[in-house]
Amino acid sequence: MKNFEFSRATSLSDASLRTQEAGVLLMAGGTSLVDLAKCGVTEPDMVVDITRLGGLDQIEVSERGATLGALSRMAAVADHAGIKAEFPAIAQSLSLAASQQLRNMATIAGNLMQRTRCAYFRDPGAFPACNKRQPGSGCSALGGVTRNHAVLGTSRECIASYPGDLAVALLAFDATIETTDRRIPIGEFFLEPGETPHLETLLRPGEIITAIVVPASAAAHRSTYLKVRDRQSYEFAAASAAVGLQLEDDGRTIRDLRVALGGVATVPWRASRVEQALIGQVLDEGTVRQASLLAVEGAVAHGDNHYKIDLVPRVVTRAILTLGGLA
Amino acid sequence: MTLIEPRKHGDASDGSLGSRLSRLDGRRKITGSATYALEQPVENLVHAVLVQSTIASGRVVSVDKAAAEALPGVLMVLTPDKVFNMMVASDWFGNRVENVPYLPLPAEVNYYGQAVAAVIAETFEQARDAARLVKVHYEETPAVTVIDQGGSGTVTAPMTVEWGDAQAAFDTADITIEAEYRTPREYHVPIEPHGLIASWQDDQLTIWEPSQWTHGMARTYAEWFEIPFENVRIISPFIGGGFGSKGGAYFYGAVAALAARELARPVKLAVTRSQGFTAYGGRASTRQTLKLGASADGVLQAVIHRGANETSTYADFHEGTGAATPIMYAVNNFSSQQGLIKVNTVTPGALRAPGKNPSAYGIECAIDELSYAVGIDPLEIRLRNYADHDYQSGKPWSTRKLREALLAGAERFGWSNRSAAPRSMRDGRTLIGWGIGCGTFPNLTNSSDAMIRILSDGSVEVESAGIDMGQGTYTIVAQTAADALGVSVDRVDVKLGDSVSAGAPVAGGSMLAGSITGAVHKAAQAAREELIGLALNAPNSPFSTSGANTLVIENGRIKTSREDSPSMSIGELMAMLGREKLEVKRDTLPEGTTREEQQKAFTHMSKVRGPTAGEFSIHSWGAHFIEVRVDEDFGTVRVSRIVSAFDCGRLYNPKLAESQLRGGIIMGIGQALLEEGLVDARNGRVVNNNLGDYLVPTNADVPPIEILSVGEPDFEASVLGGKGVGEVGIVGVAPAIANAVFHATGKRVRDLPITLEKLI
Ligand SMILES: Cc1cc2nc3c(=O)[nH]c(=O)nc-3n(C[C@H](O)[C@H](O)[C@H](O)COP(=O)(O)OP(=O)(O)OC[C@H]3O[C@@H](n4cnc5c(N)ncnc54)[C@H](O)[C@@H]3O)c2cc1C
Ligand code: SF4
Repeated sequence: MKNFEFSRATSLSDASLRTQEAGVLLMAGGTSLVDLAKCGVTEPDMVVDITRLGGLDQIEVSERGATLGALSRMAAVADHAGIKAEFPAIAQSLSLAASQQLRNMATIAGNLMQRTRCAYFRDPGAFPACNKRQPGSGCSALGGVTRNHAVLGTSRECIASYPGDLAVALLAFDATIETTDRRIPIGEFFLEPGETPHLETLLRPGEIITAIVVPASAAAHRSTYLKVRDRQSYEFAAASAAVGLQLEDDGRTIRDLRVALGGVATVPWRASRVEQALIGQVLDEGTVRQASLLAVEGAVAHGDNHYKIDLVPRVVTRAILTLGGLA
Repeated sequence: MTLIEPRKHGDASDGSLGSRLSRLDGRRKITGSATYALEQPVENLVHAVLVQSTIASGRVVSVDKAAAEALPGVLMVLTPDKVFNMMVASDWFGNRVENVPYLPLPAEVNYYGQAVAAVIAETFEQARDAARLVKVHYEETPAVTVIDQGGSGTVTAPMTVEWGDAQAAFDTADITIEAEYRTPREYHVPIEPHGLIASWQDDQLTIWEPSQWTHGMARTYAEWFEIPFENVRIISPFIGGGFGSKGGAYFYGAVAALAARELARPVKLAVTRSQGFTAYGGRASTRQTLKLGASADGVLQAVIHRGANETSTYADFHEGTGAATPIMYAVNNFSSQQGLIKVNTVTPGALRAPGKNPSAYGIECAIDELSYAVGIDPLEIRLRNYADHDYQSGKPWSTRKLREALLAGAERFGWSNRSAAPRSMRDGRTLIGWGIGCGTFPNLTNSSDAMIRILSDGSVEVESAGIDMGQGTYTIVAQTAADALGVSVDRVDVKLGDSVSAGAPVAGGSMLAGSITGAVHKAAQAAREELIGLALNAPNSPFSTSGANTLVIENGRIKTSREDSPSMSIGELMAMLGREKLEVKRDTLPEGTTREEQQKAFTHMSKVRGPTAGEFSIHSWGAHFIEVRVDEDFGTVRVSRIVSAFDCGRLYNPKLAESQLRGGIIMGIGQALLEEGLVDARNGRVVNNNLGDYLVPTNADVPPIEILSVGEPDFEASVLGGKGVGEVGIVGVAPAIANAVFHATGKRVRDLPITLEKLI
């Protein structure tokens, strides 16, 4: 880790102004930033701590939806009664993430901005080649240990998966990310690697997330976050699904369905094809199982991660059937 | 069936020994007042940081250190081309090649992550920054980075075990099975990482370093620097877990001590978590093939075992996959061979139950496979082939209550409710499986020395160089001394982990408890005799008119055995005698052992007696009954219930023994389901070299674990009747889980860990 200066922002605009400079990075809970600095991936000259800025950690839930201040701690959102009631998938995505100590420390904006767990990305000393760290240097993961790499949204330049859980739940329920400059629909916020894997989000230098707004919906109200992994706790997802379901008054026809995937794609991944295939259909196991296969349409395996292609439809199926009371 | 609970066994157990006393060091650890090696406040300290190789094989041609040396605070950069006057130390068994210089940072690179340089600076940060600027130039040579690239290996002839005609019996057996089992590299990952502080005062070297064996490590440092053993002091009162990894001094200790000598300042060297994956070896990856032949009713006719493990390119380490195979079952035709496969890795090392652990994984899975092939219950096949004596040595067991363990465990677990067919037990989409795995660990014995000091206030100090890494030495030593002396435990202060104290063998191979309690018991009994003699013969003795020719000590008071006896406390006796202290030192070495031989016993392994050194074959035994729940769609395995029954002889403190066994079982869960060093075959780097990616069980992965003890005192095993506890707990857990997974799913996964992709 390279030594860096630590400073505290006096206001949002102060933070914004200062982080426009190269080498100056925003810091919230620091759980991801300091980790990456220790790995030698992020080498700031200065960090600007925004956690003392007031008013950015409010959690509000109304009939219209939820507004989550960017600095809300993961644990606070996970335990919030209104979020648990109206957006169970969001609460669960957080309570199943990281560890209690990290959740107490980490903010939700920091959570969205966390970077891939690709072991090659995180180990510059051993593996200099990484297009995400060093555009044009190559990809060390190709031909290496790829058990946790993405099968969806990959490119020849990068196959790193997006590891976070919260963004997956937010994507399913069409959240909007509010920044110091604008509002960005979450579906546009994350960038697939393509030929520029070093560009990960739409955020511009100095642009700061201030809040996350999630509209209320019947599907969000009846939702779940299913996270599958080898270790019961404290592990990133091998595959996860945030699913919301709304049935017609007949109690069996699907009116609305939201499906987003985690741990298997380069960005939080919306499985729109599954949603389209099932909306209007009668909820039954065979139909759901069949439609869930569409979640991995176009998926490409790279060695060790081929199991994800089998796993994803099963996760999606289970989540939908659970919500529908069929599993 | 016997639940572990306070019990009285044998002659010395009528007091505190054998009771469920909580750990005496527990409070200090929990409140943070126990000081670990790297926390020692040492003045004038400087810091060393290692630079590691980025190739798996080749040699260092040159090191460009100018940029590092130019940084402020940098004091020294050690590189392979700088040769210091150090000599190779002897190995564990005392073999030493004379006059060979020792190079802690050799130019020859044998594995990725080998240390090739070290930077010493005023602060840790300066050293770390400078280490990054050291540029190493290599000449690279082709490497073998994973076991599968290493060919079939070479058979180590002395490890071959044969009796009868295994091949012929296998060929004619009614029922045969053949299967290959594999285990990956596994790591100790103790929660206290390795490292040390080294400090010289003239030619006296003091080392604060977590140590499972202060005498052995002091000997190594002394030999490296060619100074007398007495000039080295290893201080290691608290250790945050070792599991075999802290039993020896490693190259980085030499680097720190060397730098401290050159700079004439104390040097701290912290091995980082990721460096811990290459600074010393974990458990070697193994593979083994088992062929079992049986009669139609499941009676074993032949066992053929062929195993191999990876070792480094520069040293041989045997992870004996045939270590448990010959002693588990009755069989008249047996053949086992062990080979080594050379790989560019740091030399593997001992990790909890070395050998026995992968060995039991093989034979205990194979016997389970055989039970299905024959069509009898996995419990029944174990009973049907029960070994009533040791078929390998031909000797009788000292004690082997494995049958009792199997029956008690089965009863407690409810094994008789198991439905035999695979995939026949489920809860919705969750498949449920029950499996058995047996375990064993040999009883190794060695002698100990112990010092008992009675202080003027009647309190007692016990001193030993033996250590406590969480297994409970402080507590059982206090219990032993208290009982033998006739004082209460809270009057006993135990001082451990200092190589200047009375000698003790390694806390490894489950041999320390049996050894140290023997010496403490002997010394404490001698101290009691001495106190009694002094009390009887003191000029103003209250007992002089009592007519008694001996006395008793109870609860710290000396008296005759009569009801109306006068009495005095030990403190009063000391005051009457005007004595500051009374010291009694006793060892359990054979009469007439020379000073030199005594030294050898504590600093080498050469005096360790194996399980069949005497008339009997002596081992600890265990049987695990494990329930798993497997998600049919996701392949995720959760262990939901464990009952494990053990024969570890007499338990000096059932609470601590239970806790050690439980710890081993939890480690076994990790081994079965999670742990695997993932090596990038292209360069030999362990890519998951951190606790975020190398997964060990969390609390959520650990189900209720019930421990039963069926053992009885075994005085062939140790002075006080205990057999080893530390290692046997893990042995048999992985096969029990693998067998349960098969019962749940009908899928036989023969390579650990059983991760979800192997089941979907
Ligand atoms: C061992 C481990 C396990 C984990 N497991 C999981 C898991 O299972 N699931 C999961 O989802 N996460 C997991 N995490 C990630 C963890 O949730 C993140 O580290 C955490 O959420 C980051 O939040 P923070 O506030 O500490 O961010 P910081 O470390 O402070 O910042 C992270 C990044 O976000 C930027 N940033 C912070 N706030 C803002 C803002 N307001 N606007 C713009 N940019 C901002 C920073 O500049 C920085 O680049 C794990 C982390 C660890 C270390
Ligand atoms: S997968 Fe992406 S992040 Fe990982 S090494 Fe390749 S380019 Fe870098």
